[in-house]
Amino acid sequence: MNEPLITARSLVKKFGDLVAVDEIDFDVEQGEAFGFLGPNGAGKTSSMRMIGCVSPTTSGRLEIFGLSPTADGRAIRARIGVVPQMDQLDNELTVLENLVIYARYFDIPRDVARARAAELLEFVQLTERKDDTVDPLSGGQKRRVSIARSLISEPELMLLDEPTTGLDPQARHVLWDRLYQLKERGATLVLTTHYMDEAEQLCDRLVVMNGGKIVAEGSPRNLITTYATREVLEMRFGRGHNEEHVSEVSQVGERVEILPDRLLVYAHDGEGALATLRERNIIPESALVRRSSLEDVFLRLTGRTLVD
Amino acid sequence: MFYRRIWKSNLVGAFFQPVLYLLGIGLGVGALVDQGPNSAAVLDGFSYFAFYSSALIATMAMFTASQEALWPTMDGFQWSHAYRAMTSTPIAPRDVATGLTIFYAAKTTVGAIGVAVVLAFFDETRSWGLIGAVPAGVLTGLAFAVPLAAWTSSRTTPDSFPPILRFIIIPMFLFGGAFYPIEQLPDWLEPVAWVTPLWHGVELARGSILQTLPEGRGLLHVGVLCAYIVLGWMACVVTFERRLNP
Amino acid sequence: MTAPAATERISIATRIIPAVLFDVRRPQRLVERSLVVTRRGWLMVVSGFFEPLFYLLSIRVGLSALVGDVAVGGDLVPYDEFVAPGLMAASAMNGAVFDSTMNVFHKWKQARLYDSLLATPMSAGDIAVGEVTWAVIRGLLYSTAFLATMLVLGMVGSLWMVLSIGACVLIGFAFAAVGMACTTFARSWADFDYLPAVTLPLFLFSATFYPPSSYGDWSWVVQLSPLYHGVALIRAANVGEFSASVIVNIAVLVGLALVGIAVTARRIEKLLLT
Repeated sequence: MNEPLITARSLVKKFGDLVAVDEIDFDVEQGEAFGFLGPNGAGKTSSMRMIGCVSPTTSGRLEIFGLSPTADGRAIRARIGVVPQMDQLDNELTVLENLVIYARYFDIPRDVARARAAELLEFVQLTERKDDTVDPLSGGQKRRVSIARSLISEPELMLLDEPTTGLDPQARHVLWDRLYQLKERGATLVLTTHYMDEAEQLCDRLVVMNGGKIVAEGSPRNLITTYATREVLEMRFGRGHNEEHVSEVSQVGERVEILPDRLLVYAHDGEGALATLRERNIIPESALVRRSSLEDVFLRLTGRTLVD
Repeated sequence: MFYRRIWKSNLVGAFFQPVLYLLGIGLGVGALVDQGPNSAAVLDGFSYFAFYSSALIATMAMFTASQEALWPTMDGFQWSHAYRAMTSTPIAPRDVATGLTIFYAAKTTVGAIGVAVVLAFFDETRSWGLIGAVPAGVLTGLAFAVPLAAWTSSRTTPDSFPPILRFIIIPMFLFGGAFYPIEQLPDWLEPVAWVTPLWHGVELARGSILQTLPEGRGLLHVGVLCAYIVLGWMACVVTFERRLNP
Repeated sequence: MTAPAATERISIATRIIPAVLFDVRRPQRLVERSLVVTRRGWLMVVSGFFEPLFYLLSIRVGLSALVGDVAVGGDLVPYDEFVAPGLMAASAMNGAVFDSTMNVFHKWKQARLYDSLLATPMSAGDIAVGEVTWAVIRGLLYSTAFLATMLVLGMVGSLWMVLSIGACVLIGFAFAAVGMACTTFARSWADFDYLPAVTLPLFLFSATFYPPSSYGDWSWVVQLSPLYHGVALIRAANVGEFSASVIVNIAVLVGLALVGIAVTARRIEKLLLT
């Protein structure tokens, strides 16, 4: 077994009295896609910033490539590619210049930088926009420039902070495809997200964070089997009437979650549960059976739905 | 909170700056000039302080009004779309032009009164003519702001603004008769100064404060300034129409 | 984790000089970026050369005739030749202040340039030194143009005036460093409205337009203006006579520059590396 790429033990980050990250432990192995899943304020971004060596740790141990961020920040950053939450692209430069100048911050020779930039723009399908300034690009295009930019130093580790937040579904899928390709090439990805589908799509392993703590850890599949059932039955009885039916409904599933607008019933066989209810003359206004997802895991672990 | 800060910085502009210029240039350079060999003849017997300070209302108005007609006005058209929001109500582009003119007038009035109050503290410039110099300053400001607003509304980026300051406003400031009579200029340059709005504004303000201006020439200066404003306003109506109701 | 003894040693050293300044490796990369950006706006840079020309010409045709000659040291010089060094120093100051305040604030808050720089192997020290260096380079360009303009207008009094470029670099360095340090404390654009409240008095009262002796008993106040020390340097170069006070002039400017850089680097680290 190789040494893990990132090791964190009892890692803490405080801003004054506020504890953003509260004694977390995790390892990220070479070549895996590792996710931090959680709502805003859960401590995902703070964890990412500490890994990126732009935020000093308050206490605990953190090692990246076996180096300490305090002593070797510069050396670590040289081997990391960062895609920040807000695209911090250089508005005064063109798309191509953005990549080349960024490469120069890594001391990469200019001709190497140009060659890599051309290649990467091809990879993110922006070659024809290379001489445009960044401003008129769409959100998805900007994010792709950010990804290309973070790859220009051929990083051993990529940090992506909410890579698809704020993008339309189509742009998201393009992006997922590109990230998936990177993964196939063996890149190590660490990403944060509050989208369940994204975590399911991209992550080999993830930790669920809430209130600065890690509340669960495992592969997406694993988490779903541990913390949810195979299927979920969603029913609406109309506003204000959902709670009336809780006791009857809880008899057909393993667990019931009450949301303001609907009831969720966790069951191995959703259709079967619905049929049983219908036999007992309990007819919801609408009903839907779906596979359980990380959203359900999250709900189970934190008792609330994810909000942006 | 926000308004208080704006108000404070306005105060800095309205009183602090003229005081500094009066002390720095008026008194300081004045002391040198008044020792000069032929200054009394060139300045018609007035001290340099009186000569320079009396033009300050016009030059300050030019600066305030021009700046207001560039970036902040572009903000209204381009960045915050405030004017377009207005014209989706029953307000016509023509009304926006008039409204802006009134706004510039208000802004320059505050500035001009500020300078006038400061000038009233000095013996050499204390006169009833200060009251006449305030509208002179406002007219000067508008003669810049209104035509510039027409230009601003036809632009989508502020790239042209620094060159406007550098090649139009600053040269007028330097060569427009504020620091010395334009008779000092080379003969070919003097007629150029005659057509600049700043020179008319300076003459009007100075003439009013030092009470040296014959009525006829005063009317001429007012007429020229008004012509700039009216032509600018007409240009605004056209460009605003094009911009807001394409 | 660092051993406690080492931490202590570092903290004593950083009480005097911030640690970030020991960590400057490649500020030139940021300068490179500025060059690429400016290449597109070269017209703007060229047009900047006209401003000194206008000022100098205006003073020559107008005020010079009114004022006559002014005494500098033991010599009498025409007024335009007297003012030109003052304006040269002032323009070095204004350029540096603009670059290091409004421009830097934009890059910091709006464009978030420094956030993305800190994610690379660049350090806070690199940024502070890089930005100030760029302000100095631009100042160098402008002061060279200024000197050329003076030469064309016949206002250069001595060969020593070549040294004025060095003086302008020093002025630019000092004001850019202090300007950038102040910028790190700015909360919003509105704070920059106060900028003229500082630069305008410096411009007017640094013996720019008349000798300090004009202030009579108050002439010592002028010594407090950092710009005055720049003006004095260039004026001395233009008549080609240097006295011991030149050392004081240089020391003041260098001191300001060092303090400014130190504060800037520390603030960047504090504000962005949280």
